[in-house]
Amino acid sequence: MPLIWLIAIIFALAVLGFVMGRGRAVASAGGDTRGLHSLPSYYGWNVALTVMTPAFGLLALWLLIQPMWIESRVSAQLPENAISETSTRELVMSDVRRVAEGLEAINAPFGGADPVVNDAYLADLREQIGSVGVALGSDITAGVYDAARSFRTLSGWGGTAMSVVAFLTALGGFSVSYMVTNKDFRARNTVERRILLVLIAAASIAILTTLGLVLSMLFEARNFFAAHPWQDFFFGTKWAPDFRGNSELAILPLLWGTLYISVIALLVAVPVGLFAAIFLSEYASSRVRSLTKPAIEVLAGIPTIVYGLFALITVGPMLRDYFALPLGFGQSSSSVITAGLVMGIMLIPFVSSLSDDIINAVPQSMRDGSYALGATQSETIRQVVVPAALPGIVGAVLLAASRAIGETMIVVLGAGAAAAQFDRGLGELVNPFQAMTTITVKIVSQLTGDTDFSSPETLVAFALGLSLFTITLGLNVLALWIVRRYREQYE
Amino acid sequence: MTDIIAEPEGGDRRKGSLLAQDTRTQKRNAAERRFQIYGMVAVSIAVLALVFLLTSIVSNGIGSFSQTFISLDVVLAEDKLDKTGSRDRTEMAKVSTFGYAPLIKAAIEDRIAAEGIEIEGLTKPDAVISKEAAAQLRNFVLANTDRVGDTVEFKFLASGRIDGYYKGRVTMASAALDRNISPEQLMLADALKDAGALERTFNWDFITAPDASENRPEAAGLGVAILGSLYMMVVVLFLALPIGVAASIYLEEFAPKNFLTDVIEVNISNLAAVPSIVFGILGLAIFINFAGLPQSAPIVGGLVLTLMTLPTIIIATRASLKSVPPSIREAALGVGASKMQTVFHHVLPLAAPGILTGTIIGLSQALGETAPLLLIGMVAFVREYPGAPPEGFFDPASALPVQIYNWTTRSDPAFVERASGAIIVLLIFLLIMNIVAIILRRRFERRW
Repeated sequence: MPLIWLIAIIFALAVLGFVMGRGRAVASAGGDTRGLHSLPSYYGWNVALTVMTPAFGLLALWLLIQPMWIESRVSAQLPENAISETSTRELVMSDVRRVAEGLEAINAPFGGADPVVNDAYLADLREQIGSVGVALGSDITAGVYDAARSFRTLSGWGGTAMSVVAFLTALGGFSVSYMVTNKDFRARNTVERRILLVLIAAASIAILTTLGLVLSMLFEARNFFAAHPWQDFFFGTKWAPDFRGNSELAILPLLWGTLYISVIALLVAVPVGLFAAIFLSEYASSRVRSLTKPAIEVLAGIPTIVYGLFALITVGPMLRDYFALPLGFGQSSSSVITAGLVMGIMLIPFVSSLSDDIINAVPQSMRDGSYALGATQSETIRQVVVPAALPGIVGAVLLAASRAIGETMIVVLGAGAAAAQFDRGLGELVNPFQAMTTITVKIVSQLTGDTDFSSPETLVAFALGLSLFTITLGLNVLALWIVRRYREQYE
Repeated sequence: MTDIIAEPEGGDRRKGSLLAQDTRTQKRNAAERRFQIYGMVAVSIAVLALVFLLTSIVSNGIGSFSQTFISLDVVLAEDKLDKTGSRDRTEMAKVSTFGYAPLIKAAIEDRIAAEGIEIEGLTKPDAVISKEAAAQLRNFVLANTDRVGDTVEFKFLASGRIDGYYKGRVTMASAALDRNISPEQLMLADALKDAGALERTFNWDFITAPDASENRPEAAGLGVAILGSLYMMVVVLFLALPIGVAASIYLEEFAPKNFLTDVIEVNISNLAAVPSIVFGILGLAIFINFAGLPQSAPIVGGLVLTLMTLPTIIIATRASLKSVPPSIREAALGVGASKMQTVFHHVLPLAAPGILTGTIIGLSQALGETAPLLLIGMVAFVREYPGAPPEGFFDPASALPVQIYNWTTRSDPAFVERASGAIIVLLIFLLIMNIVAIILRRRFERRW
């Protein structure tokens, strides 16, 4: 039975429960709702929720656990000789899954007389399965066929058992909650307690997400460090992945590119953003402000892929033709400065809107005091407002830096794919017209396309991701701490 | 001690008129003006960057909305398409697209002869027509088997190079060096244009058609990508909105001040600043490798984007719950409503416009996000439209921003125009969403 039907049935049961529960409560009060403890609909909701919550919870758990359980069962019964030398258990298991899927698609009979399993039968089967759209990479072996059949049988049983159990749970919930419904039942309190539980569950998804982020990366990064020494990763100086093995995977060259590009981006974004914020909050007339502030904020709403394309087709070639080539700095259109400049533009609204808030939070009395001493407006800003807002501005800059370090699409399209090379001398390392790559670019390149989750060349992406996560998290925590400390001063 | 009088610095007291500025005042006023100019320069840099960015994208991409078409009369020869004469579809489907190419070649040669076009050194005149034309012809014939034997007028896509010629991307000089097109073929295109067979019209296919392979940029469209993005937005809307609102209600209205809720708060503000690519790693490791969901599927993209948008929605929702004045809550509690009834019957409806605005802004962020989708396999080349929901959520699809990235990685310069055009489409979607958000805010926002 398709899952969607099961869900629909449980829903129908819940609706029925609502109507019947409400009716029973009203009837128990003799049709006079004033005699009830709660409003009538709460009795209905109580039944409906008791039908749905356990049944859907069970369903979700079952769907999560069943595939893993079947996988391990089938994998354990897979004979050793079914796995050829060039293959792994995981690859064979994926074949098994596909064959099972194909058997399901062609609706092969479950029981009955066992067909004679020989090569001709298997070749025919492969063709049949292929004709319904399930393409197989290799021929079906007898071992795989048996495993696929038991896989399918187990899934079938599992599916049926799940439907029955979920339905019985729903029915059980229905009858229990229906039985307890009478006019004195505290339906509202029960329902509200359940709703509160749902709210708490929703709030804890944030924690689950963080846990998921950290655990998924930690787990795979541990696999990486098992295959590749951590000293080489953190302290090596060369990035040269080689899918035939023997790669040199060090984070330092990537970190250098990341930091270099981020510094250029901040050199653009911080002065421009800060001055724009000062101008808009202290000098601009409300007309100018109402026109330019949204325009700057539009920059923040533009997706980074747009900036990336802008770097790739406009800024990169322009910088190459007007600066790099005439000055003899290189001939690459993707370069550190391209990515840095464009990323700087992206960060302007980020710096300016945060600084704007902070500058506006400086009390007017401090400005008035400064004017009263005869300071000009710019002197007031430089010597009173900015120093007072400095911690907040530093926080904003740190947040912008964390943005810059984690930015992906601009550097993928604008910065190039070659890692910095420490052995070619300092000149090439600091040349801003040189193509250079970053941590985020390498995460993308190692994890897209054909990936093999047992090779260190793929797994290194998780170690890189973990490093990136740690760096940006550190910057954020620092920035938030600084901003929060500052805010307390004037409140 | 009162007889000590501060000596003015430098000793020279001000002697001249008050109306004439002394040098120090002039200096200070100049510094003031300079400072103001710095500010203006900064603002203009930001605004000019925006203008430059938009004009560059629009001027590069506007061309992709029009396309060059060539109209030809094609003789659907029976001896080529249906040798048995049975008009049986399965029999005729055995003729591959290669079998249709000669018909197009014959059609264009006929046209050249009919118009009396003579170009010296012209070879392969059918190169002016897209390779997609044969597939178009085949689809038509298989759908209308009874038309075999007739002469039918078709509007074929011109090849990418011919299209580029009319958009200024290809010139006679560049064609001479190009393996795919020759100057003579460009002259043929000009002659066909004079004869009225070649025209440039608005190209709906760019928005509705699926992606096309590397060497036929003229046929590439955004259909699958738009559908994929739409599916993902549906998933995000249906997951992120309820979860986000529920979480915010708990944190804002019910949560006791304790260690656990502090952890959740810090967590949410940190999640908002986690680089998006890290969410892609999460999606790959948990949804695909661990939970076994299919690659390139909108459901996985939607889940990843949901987790990414949640902090935005939670922060916006909490702000708008906070802006509902406590007097409303107190009034509701005062007439006997429970805490839960107060929140759901009174506070939440009043906060709804703010929540909606925040949700739309979160959705528009999610719509433009690219990096995490690259990691969960959305870069795959997908030509098939995903099916109808709910099964369609599990079919492979692309997404608008990923399609843009995909096109930028292809070598044919015609794809740069396509990518810029796709960005225009993306920006139009974002613009619409933001305008809706602004209107909602203007219309329903209440100042208490």
